[in-house]
Amino acid sequence: MFSSRAAARQLVRHIKRWQHSSNQPTLNSVTSDDIAHFAQFLPQNSILSTLSPIPVAPSELEQYNTDWMGKYRGSSTTVLRPHTTDQISKIMKWCNQRRIGVVPQGGNTGLVGGSVPTSNELILSLNNMSKVRSFDPVSGALVADAGCILEALTEYITPHNHIMPLDLGAKGSCQIGGNISTNAGGLRLLRYGSLHGSVLGLEVVLPDGTILDNLSTLRKDNTGYDLKQLFIGAEGTLGVVTGVSILTPAAPRAVNNMILALPTFENVLPLFKLARRHLSEILSAFELIDRTAYELAVKHGQGKGLSDEEIEGAQCFVLLETSGGKKEHDEEKLNILLETLLESDSPLINTGVLSQSPAQFSSLWKLREGVTEAVSKEGKAYKYDISIPLASFKEVVDATREQLRRKGLLHENAVKHVLGYGHVGDGNLHLNIVAAAYTPEIEAALEPFVYELVASYKGSISAEHGIGAMKTHAMHYSKSGVAIDLMKRIKHVFDPHGIMNPGKVLE
Amino acid sequence: MQPTAARFLNILVPIKRCVDYAVKIRVNPQQTGIDTNVKHSMNPFDEIAVEEAVRLRERLKDKVKSITVVTLGPAKAAETLRTALAMGADSGIHIELPESAPPPEPLGVARVLRAVIERRKKMATEEGSGTGGGTTDLVIMGKQAIDDDLGQTGQMLAALLGASQATCASKLDVDVDKRVAHVRTEIDGGAEELVCTLPAVITTDLRYVEQPRYASLPNIMKAKKKPIEKLTPTDLGVDVTPMLETIKVTEPPKRVGGSKVGNVDELVKKLKESGVVAVA
Ligand SMILES: Cc1cc2nc3c(=O)[nH]c(=O)nc-3n(C[C@H](O)[C@H](O)[C@H](O)COP(=O)(O)OP(=O)(O)OC[C@H]3O[C@@H](n4cnc5c(N)ncnc54)[C@H](O)[C@@H]3O)c2cc1C
Repeated sequence: MFSSRAAARQLVRHIKRWQHSSNQPTLNSVTSDDIAHFAQFLPQNSILSTLSPIPVAPSELEQYNTDWMGKYRGSSTTVLRPHTTDQISKIMKWCNQRRIGVVPQGGNTGLVGGSVPTSNELILSLNNMSKVRSFDPVSGALVADAGCILEALTEYITPHNHIMPLDLGAKGSCQIGGNISTNAGGLRLLRYGSLHGSVLGLEVVLPDGTILDNLSTLRKDNTGYDLKQLFIGAEGTLGVVTGVSILTPAAPRAVNNMILALPTFENVLPLFKLARRHLSEILSAFELIDRTAYELAVKHGQGKGLSDEEIEGAQCFVLLETSGGKKEHDEEKLNILLETLLESDSPLINTGVLSQSPAQFSSLWKLREGVTEAVSKEGKAYKYDISIPLASFKEVVDATREQLRRKGLLHENAVKHVLGYGHVGDGNLHLNIVAAAYTPEIEAALEPFVYELVASYKGSISAEHGIGAMKTHAMHYSKSGVAIDLMKRIKHVFDPHGIMNPGKVLE
Repeated sequence: MQPTAARFLNILVPIKRCVDYAVKIRVNPQQTGIDTNVKHSMNPFDEIAVEEAVRLRERLKDKVKSITVVTLGPAKAAETLRTALAMGADSGIHIELPESAPPPEPLGVARVLRAVIERRKKMATEEGSGTGGGTTDLVIMGKQAIDDDLGQTGQMLAALLGASQATCASKLDVDVDKRVAHVRTEIDGGAEELVCTLPAVITTDLRYVEQPRYASLPNIMKAKKKPIEKLTPTDLGVDVTPMLETIKVTEPPKRVGGSKVGNVDELVKKLKESGVVAVA
């Protein structure tokens, strides 16, 4: 059941949407006739709809209509869960003719509201597209349906001693198609690079139903424009990714990790340089967790924390991981780094801990990976995922906190915490503001403040989470008018009727 | 003058290097045992024993005179000793076995541990206390190792020493002056509070509220400099050759998928077919 407040919010968003997209063609709602059409080629259990002939309660669609944070909410009447590319093609063809908006949805873990409708678009869930198509243990090329869950793919290739080139906290729910559509970065980017490098090919259903079969397993292929790159990070606005060919690296034979406690933020950069010099090719992650983020992770049970003495006087923490081919070799390198760190006259770290077993290895990782979850347990999060020069991480966190203090919003009933964590190695900071509730005052205090702040450092307002519904209006802080205009023209070529994930990425 | 030894505590913690619990166990192709070419770490029950010894020292301070960790195993078991030293133990004893040696049985291990304890006592009387020797007042060890799950070594050691024993402990307090240990042990359906006179052998259960500590970097560095004494079973005059012979190791039969039956008659028919129910 919708509360009247929710309904009112819906309406506001609705109006806003029409205001923003005045030049967008009107889209139609799904009707029972459409359902009857889908029933001709989809099995009954692939259709979940509040419309006749077999209406379900709106509550059954709740999980599809609400995003992971509980911040964005759509009012779709219909979710389709096809099993094959062919079925998806038929769905798209129909929706294109009928001018029905379509939101492709993967694991629905996206953090910018891209995976839920802004209004009552049809939700196309990839959940049932979950088969591995092939794996070549020599080249490491894995071809799979877009709906495969990231962790399931990892499990599939583990016996072959390969790993996925990306890893993130949402691995148990997010899908490879969703990862590609958001160009997810994650925890291994430092070592294995971005998806623009590791994706070898894609199979995509275009908005008119045409199937673009680009599922190459070739490492090198310079024949014309590299079309697949356009879909990496397109957030479902250009087509539906249905199949993925991706290069998986060989699994490292030795992994180690440690958490280091730093007396001040100023030491993060020198530490990063030192670690990179000593560890060179085996350095596989260098992640920052500030004190607030660390404490939230421990508070919400995300892995065992360090002892009280160990965290005393620490302003922030760094999680450092190595992956290599030989244990003894890696340990020797680590030892030299540790000796340098501990025996220095002006030490960069207070102390740290080194995992001694696979269980401790996961427990240390949990302290970093679990921050996202801890934040969502603590309250309602405003998440800004920004790329800025390493040296200014702390300035940005502090400036944001100061801004909220100035506006009188820094207290238990408004904003509880302002924290920063993220992928230092990639220059990517997650700035999180944890509030008691989402309110217009807090939003007004943060936006455009944060975007302007980022622009002043010539940074990016979205390092890895994407634009979604959250930042369409803010794109200009990071992209020129020329670039945005070209994007709009590309969108028009693929999707002239504007049915693909309307209201996302581009205004 | 040295205070009387009676008011101090020397703790011995036997530890074992095992296949890590997160590893999926596979039988080796020769079917003589499991594939050991995988990740190893300290037996989790032993990790708790080390943690408990270190916490006792945190509570009792100087009254805990020494924490010695001992392991029986191949060359690589020395890494496990280093981990325990980094957690806070003072010194280690490595009773080395050849890489190819069959895994020793609980009685063999218990005999080795008794020999270690006796040797330390002898050393103390010969050289005076303070040289790593001395009485062993408390042995804290895991209730079982997760590789063979035998769960006998602690009890056997207590019997060989004629010491008190408390198994499956979930809480431990020691009154050094009165020379007793207060132990809560896990039993079916509840817990038992025991008072043991020292010397005692305590085996640890997993029900500790807090997980064992991480090894801190400064402690890892310090651990590198802590002494590890190397011995062999022969040095101790103990024969650890197993008394049991392993003929063959196989995996349990794979679970076969079930099937749905339409009604009771069908169910009974199936049960009869598979021989579960007597054919009337
Ligand atoms: C705990 C947690 C940790 C996270 N950590 C990171 C991180 O470290 N790095 C990072 O980059 N992100 C991270 N994220 C956000 C990240 O974007 C998503 O987790 C993930 O990449 C999205 O996958 P998904 O399958 O859930 O996609 P969804 O959320 O379902 O969709 C995301 C977007 O992609 C589109 N989409 C999904 N599937 C398809 C498809 N098959 N074809 C076309 N479009 C599609 C949707 O329309 C939507 O716009 C995290 C999220 C959580 C909850």
